[in-house]
Amino acid sequence: MNKTALAYVVSIATLLVAIWLGVSIGTVKIPIETLWNQSDATASNILWKIRMPRVLLAGIVGASLAISGAAFQGLLKNPLADPYTLGVSSGASVGAVITLFFGISLPVLGAFTLPVFSMMGAAITMFLVIGFARMVDRSMKMETIILTGIIFGSFLGSVLSLMIALTQEELRQIVGWLLGSVSMRGWNYILMVLPFFIIGTFMLWLNRRELNALLFGEERAHHLGVNVKQRKLMILLGGSVLTGSAVAVSGTIGFVGLVVPHMTRMLWGSDHRHVLPLSLCNGASLLIICDLVARTIISPAELPVGVITAFIGAPVFAYIFYKQRRKGAM
Amino acid sequence: MLQVDNLSGGYGREPIVRNVSFHVEKGEVLGILGPNGSGKSTLLKIISGILPKQSGRVMIAGKPSGAYTQKQFAQQVAVLPQLHAHAFSHSVKDTVALGRYPYQTGIFSSWSEFDEQAVQEAMNYTGVTRYENTAIELLSGGEQQRVFVAQALAQQAPILLLDEPTNHLDIAHQQQLLDTIRNQARQKGITVISVFHDINLAALYCDRLLLLKNGEVASIGVPQDVVLEQEIHHVYNARVKTQPHPEMPKPQMTLLPNLQEKVELFTVRKADITIKEDHVLLQSSQSLKTISSAVHNAGLGWYKTFVNRGVRADYMIDDVQRENTDYLRTLGYHLTDTVAMMTAVSPEHVEVEEYEGEFGSIVVAVTAGVGNAVDVSKSWQREDIPYIGTINTWVFINGELSEEAFVQALITATEAKVKALQDEQVKDPESGTVATGTSTDSMLIASTQQGEYLPYAGPITQLGKLIGKGVYDCTVRAIHSYRLAVGEHG
Repeated sequence: MNKTALAYVVSIATLLVAIWLGVSIGTVKIPIETLWNQSDATASNILWKIRMPRVLLAGIVGASLAISGAAFQGLLKNPLADPYTLGVSSGASVGAVITLFFGISLPVLGAFTLPVFSMMGAAITMFLVIGFARMVDRSMKMETIILTGIIFGSFLGSVLSLMIALTQEELRQIVGWLLGSVSMRGWNYILMVLPFFIIGTFMLWLNRRELNALLFGEERAHHLGVNVKQRKLMILLGGSVLTGSAVAVSGTIGFVGLVVPHMTRMLWGSDHRHVLPLSLCNGASLLIICDLVARTIISPAELPVGVITAFIGAPVFAYIFYKQRRKGAM
Repeated sequence: MLQVDNLSGGYGREPIVRNVSFHVEKGEVLGILGPNGSGKSTLLKIISGILPKQSGRVMIAGKPSGAYTQKQFAQQVAVLPQLHAHAFSHSVKDTVALGRYPYQTGIFSSWSEFDEQAVQEAMNYTGVTRYENTAIELLSGGEQQRVFVAQALAQQAPILLLDEPTNHLDIAHQQQLLDTIRNQARQKGITVISVFHDINLAALYCDRLLLLKNGEVASIGVPQDVVLEQEIHHVYNARVKTQPHPEMPKPQMTLLPNLQEKVELFTVRKADITIKEDHVLLQSSQSLKTISSAVHNAGLGWYKTFVNRGVRADYMIDDVQRENTDYLRTLGYHLTDTVAMMTAVSPEHVEVEEYEGEFGSIVVAVTAGVGNAVDVSKSWQREDIPYIGTINTWVFINGELSEEAFVQALITATEAKVKALQDEQVKDPESGTVATGTSTDSMLIASTQQGEYLPYAGPITQLGKLIGKGVYDCTVRAIHSYRLAVGEHG
């Protein structure tokens, strides 16, 4: 079996195992047969109403962050880029925190006021960032995009800090949201995020060859026949849609978007035709496992999943990094 | 194939490239030259669409470049950039395969047999197939650049643009890369336009050159018409001298440095020529510009040590070069600094004299073994194996000679020698007529290249007169001396 096929087998198997562990482990152990055997009504209820949507949401969020991280790193040719580099996530956070800070709850939206506001925040920020970057430099060079992202991100970050400083009773709620969580969301959240997930992923997938060409720089990509301006815009939009929607439903979960693409590249090379789908798979697995740990480690209480991602992810990353560099040195 | 009409453009409002027009035929290699900031790379970037043009047009295969989509354009024009570093790594094959991007369509992979074949062919041609699965950042600069050549070739575009493709490469890789590109151009009829930093490389590999100055065309044409001393001086503001390439009818240039070092004046005197046990020797404190038909270091060069070696009349060695080199080495002479001749005459029969003229002086030294004298006009009738003959003539000139003067000095000295043989009635023993020389005469003209500039050395110039008189005198005396030694009377 060649390396690429192995990569897919390993990644998909890991994802399936993660889902299996995710739905079965918890305060109540649910045997896997419950999936097709509905004889135990309670177990079936817990699995379909609570565990499954939670696991799937964690999977979608993890997948969204990882694939957009992979695309941004490739596009910006910067290994430190992540889905949050563009500042879109800060926009989503401001939208969410405003909802919490003012206790807004719109009549039609109800409990969905927050994610909807958050998505709006993300969308507005995305258009502002891309618009501003184009205004500064019509060809939207990588440096321009990164700097614009930093400008908007830090400005919105200070707005967040301001609200946190002014808030009193909502503080815990805001901080909890910012740290990120996928608990108690239910199927509706999945339905809400799914279209964005599909559209965003598809937009990036369409640009997998272009991302490979862009790794050699914009000029080189241009020479190879890539319509750089158009493709760049498409990648930025696709990544932003994924990031914005993921942050809107789960908060700013760190680390997944930065590190999963790196791990994927280190293990299986940097061809975006494979980096994108593999990152998607591994991002989903990582967040499902992290969420499992977050809700079981100090059970019955729960930790925000964002705390766990780095807690588990960093050592795993360190290990792979070490192994790869040692291999390279010898 | 590619036509550029009145093209202007650049980065800002003020155009860097101004009103440039030229055309390139199918299969032709055009080199773009010019000093830093003259707009070479900018011109290439405007043609390849990286930078906008302000006016003028670029026609590719009969259509304006703007009429192509990005992918169609890449099917017509491939670009090879300068070598630079990358953040993430690709395998060599994946990198070359990107050259097929313009032919990929549809949502899913449309990699065809034909794509695969183009990639394999490009990798074979550039010799990178064996690295196929290696990550490119693990390759050396030269190998990396070969991978990018393969990528550009895999694009199978009829036009190839190169921007200083040999930057950062050592000479072996420069040669390899340019050979590859030139051969592709010839075999497949690819049209090549390349920016060059190095005028000599450009002259060697291009059919025509375009010289840019301040964004405008200073000159365009075959290398012989562009690489001219005046033209290069005008455009680059550098002092150069051009010379022909030793193997190809192409001009090559050399820089003439403007150094602040103090030049130590020196002259060659009669007393500098000494007679050793088995050779005549002149050792100069500084190098002399020399042209000679010597055994060791013949041709044009700069030398300090001059040896006229006396060997036995029956000296017959298969590898004369090697035996003579060993001889010089034994005597402790620096091989790259030394010009050496051979003669069958014993060194004490050398005739040396110094002649003063208005410009300075010359020193002449002649050994004349005329035992194998030949009348050159009758020599076609002879069938004998050549023996060592040997009238060896040295002329050292304290002055600065032009190239023309060196050649004239050779003619003048030869004429004087012939006249001496005639007056001495030296005969060709086969034909019985007056000889013009011997079977293996050698001549050497060397000058200090200091003092007065002497553009000519024909028989009625100051220098020519001295050479004529000196060589005639010394040759006559050397013949007498030789005859005395062998007991002949004439």
